[in-house]
Amino acid sequence: MRKQAGALGAALPHDSAPLHVTGRAPYVDDLKLPGDALHLAFGLSTVAHAEIEALDLSAVRAAPGVVLVLTAQDFDHVPDVSPVAGDEPLLADGTVHYLGQAVFLVAATSHLAARKAARLAKVTYRERPAILTVEEALAAGSRFETGPITWARGDLSTGFAAAKTVVEGEMEVGGQEHFYLEGQVAAAIPTEDGVQVMASTQHPTEIQHKVAHALHLPMAAVRVEMRRMGGGFGGKESQGNALAVACAVVASRTGRPAKMRYDRDDDMMITGKRHDLKIRYRAGCDAQGRITAMEVVHLMRCGWSQDLSLAVADRAMLHADNAYFIPNIRIESHRLKTNTQSATAYRGFGGPQGIVGMERIIDHLAHATGRDPVAIMQANFYAERPGGSPAKASPGVSPPGPQDISAKLKGEVQTTQYGMEVEDSVSGRLVGKLLADCDYHARKAAIAEWNAGSPVLKRGIAVTPVKFGISFTLTFLNQAGALVHVYQDGSVHLSHGGTEMGQGLNQKVAQVVAEVFGLSARDIQITAADTGKVPNTSATAASSGSDLNGKAAEAAALTIRARMAEFLAGKYGVAADTVRFKGGEVLVAGESHAFARVAEWVWQARISLSSTGFYATPKITWDRVRGQGRPFLYFAYGAAVTEVVIDTLTGENRILRTDILHDCGRSLNPALDIGQVEGAYVQGAGWLTTEELVWDAKGRLATHAPSTYKIPAVSDRPAIFNVALWTEPNQEDTVGKSKAVGEPPFNLGISALMALSHALSFCGTAYPALDAPATAERVLMAVERVRHG
Amino acid sequence: MKSIQVSTTINGDPVEFLCTPDEPLLDVLRNRLGLTGAKEGCGTGDCGACSVTVNGRLVCSCLVLGVEAEGAQIETIEGMAQGETLHPLQRHFIEKAALQCGVCTPGILVAAKSLLEKNASPTDEEVRYWLAGNLCRCTGYDKIIEAVQSAAAEMRGEV
Ligand code: FES
Ligand code: FES
Repeated sequence: MRKQAGALGAALPHDSAPLHVTGRAPYVDDLKLPGDALHLAFGLSTVAHAEIEALDLSAVRAAPGVVLVLTAQDFDHVPDVSPVAGDEPLLADGTVHYLGQAVFLVAATSHLAARKAARLAKVTYRERPAILTVEEALAAGSRFETGPITWARGDLSTGFAAAKTVVEGEMEVGGQEHFYLEGQVAAAIPTEDGVQVMASTQHPTEIQHKVAHALHLPMAAVRVEMRRMGGGFGGKESQGNALAVACAVVASRTGRPAKMRYDRDDDMMITGKRHDLKIRYRAGCDAQGRITAMEVVHLMRCGWSQDLSLAVADRAMLHADNAYFIPNIRIESHRLKTNTQSATAYRGFGGPQGIVGMERIIDHLAHATGRDPVAIMQANFYAERPGGSPAKASPGVSPPGPQDISAKLKGEVQTTQYGMEVEDSVSGRLVGKLLADCDYHARKAAIAEWNAGSPVLKRGIAVTPVKFGISFTLTFLNQAGALVHVYQDGSVHLSHGGTEMGQGLNQKVAQVVAEVFGLSARDIQITAADTGKVPNTSATAASSGSDLNGKAAEAAALTIRARMAEFLAGKYGVAADTVRFKGGEVLVAGESHAFARVAEWVWQARISLSSTGFYATPKITWDRVRGQGRPFLYFAYGAAVTEVVIDTLTGENRILRTDILHDCGRSLNPALDIGQVEGAYVQGAGWLTTEELVWDAKGRLATHAPSTYKIPAVSDRPAIFNVALWTEPNQEDTVGKSKAVGEPPFNLGISALMALSHALSFCGTAYPALDAPATAERVLMAVERVRHG
Repeated sequence: MKSIQVSTTINGDPVEFLCTPDEPLLDVLRNRLGLTGAKEGCGTGDCGACSVTVNGRLVCSCLVLGVEAEGAQIETIEGMAQGETLHPLQRHFIEKAALQCGVCTPGILVAAKSLLEKNASPTDEEVRYWLAGNLCRCTGYDKIIEAVQSAAAEMRGEV
């Protein structure tokens, strides 16, 4: 049967594509505001840690175009713009905690006037010692929570006693700037009884909450609208709060619309980035390459405020095993407080930081045992669920214990270090297929031969598997709502709580609704996320967008369809379940009627054609304190093989070829999913190779523009780039049996780092111990290290 | 600062505007003329999101002054389609899913069009180097190159 154009699984283009290619898709900064709108800019701290002794803003106030200047003194309570902890005043309240913190707010008649005026302040600081590195923070005991969080299972000493080879090391992993191409931006318009906010945000409800709080209004008086973002990647989960609150405050004080956007430099100086960290590890394997024990310490640099750091650091711990069953394991996580930007959500939300540590250990063990890393991986992958028996309904919280160690041998479902049964592992088969498809072993042999004859250039190849947990680890966030209307002419209006940042969420959800009504996706009118239509939404994050909102929208559409079917069943005297919706028609009692016609009848019969829908993820339970439970509904899998070449004289390097096989379950839209996989891989590889954040000794971010901070350019894209989807349906009851795709493939970029490590291993005998990002400089230093031990 | 009157041609239409002598062309297009297709990704000439052509030359409009438009022929993304008929590049960008968030898309299309005007059959390598000044954070670039090449093939009459 030919697939309906709007049906699930069709490779349709992004719904906004025709607007994007003509430049007509409006983003927040493109919206036309009334002529009296004010434009805002923050005055930023120029030191990393200090008391503000004196603040002379006379020149700022006198600057051309300036209408209003606000400092913390102008509020009874300085509005808080933090997502959780209440520790981020909109404007510094006596003390500055990082270089780039907002100290005062300027509202002027133009963007440029506001920015120019913001440079004219005279601030006298009494500087205090700044804590910039994780070592300094550890020494000073500067941290969030009272001490490190430790999760463990099994017995390390028994495990290490059983090991034949033990490796130990430390790895530095850099942070990452989101570099969403559209910078942070928000606008606010005063309304009759409150304020309306348009913001580039992944989390409209949080903006609504923060603005309401700042203005002492009920949430119902604040409406937040979000049509599209020009990229988010986690950077617009909490980091946009300050702009929206600033606009709302100015709009409410002046009665004029207000808009604020960060210039690229300001954006990079002010906003948080991916957490950088140090990973200390010790791990051992037996003669078969089975990892018998592993000990990992994460030193996470969280910056000046808590933001989402606790959950990010948790997720790093939850992914410290990546795709491998490790019987004896201990993970210790330090959440360190420093005088730098507050590290925040970034695609993967700590997961990649956990996984890169695990892959480093595999690489190190392979080097130490003289085996192919693939052999170590294959000896340790979580076993596939034996016999494909249906998933158990129980969350499977089993106490850590020695019985796990032999589970694989006995054909039982293995559990993670946090007690979750891994019921859906496909790593072994998936990696096996990818290696065969891309001819890994033969190419690896050819590379060794080529390198033997090439004194300067060295090639390397590596595979990285990924297993990524899907669900918010804060269990209550796993809910979504949607609102669907069918109009009397049969057209359909769809709102849901998710936000569109380029990932094609709206298109996917529209396809879900179209499928229910037997319509084409074109018949579904997609509208902006709007807190006035769908309330109490969770951030569009954790890759959850289509899982949650797709299900909610499906529920809404099913409710309306059931009412339509009921009506027809009554009219024709047949059973409701014999009524069929397909191809824009409704089939009943051997007759076929246009969907629009049926909608009109139902309306005339005084039956509601509007419904909300709601979804809450089933099965999940998570005890964060004990580190036990089933935090995820399921895992998404994938693997990548990357081949690189390095120049041992300069350290320069490039990716030659990449092959990816990635698990999207039964894809809702393969065109969009492949796009996500490709973009995520390139972003992940950028994180670990070219994207270097440098702070100077005073805590000033030196790389605050694309001239110095290098995200991958088109010239960096692998010359050969093969991407395929693993299409086995999700074992869990997700929308269309699909799997989430936003974050998991980001981790595939780790294969670029490991391929560099492999190339370096041809320079000598010592382990390359490559830190990330592996810039040309770092690769060159590693060449020396490998050569001279 | 005193404003200056500028007479120019944008997408074939004569246009007059007032701007200050230090005002970038990008701001003029976006704020004064309502042509918001060109985006500001950096403001420093590093991302290409603001790409337009001035007298046929590809430029970053954030690095060109509005007053430099005097007497010039400016082409922006808004002029690429002929009415409702999309340019082949635009069509292939849609068909090949060569965009996600779309902020880079107008600049990349303007840059790609200017490449194909100079070189109707570029190699992949030539496409990559020509577009190296246009950053995209979302797509990973693969589909962008595919779309440019398939549009080029169509424009050469090969399909
Ligand atoms: S905005 Fe002009 S190059 Fe980035
Ligand atoms: S599609 Fe988002 S930057 Fe290119």
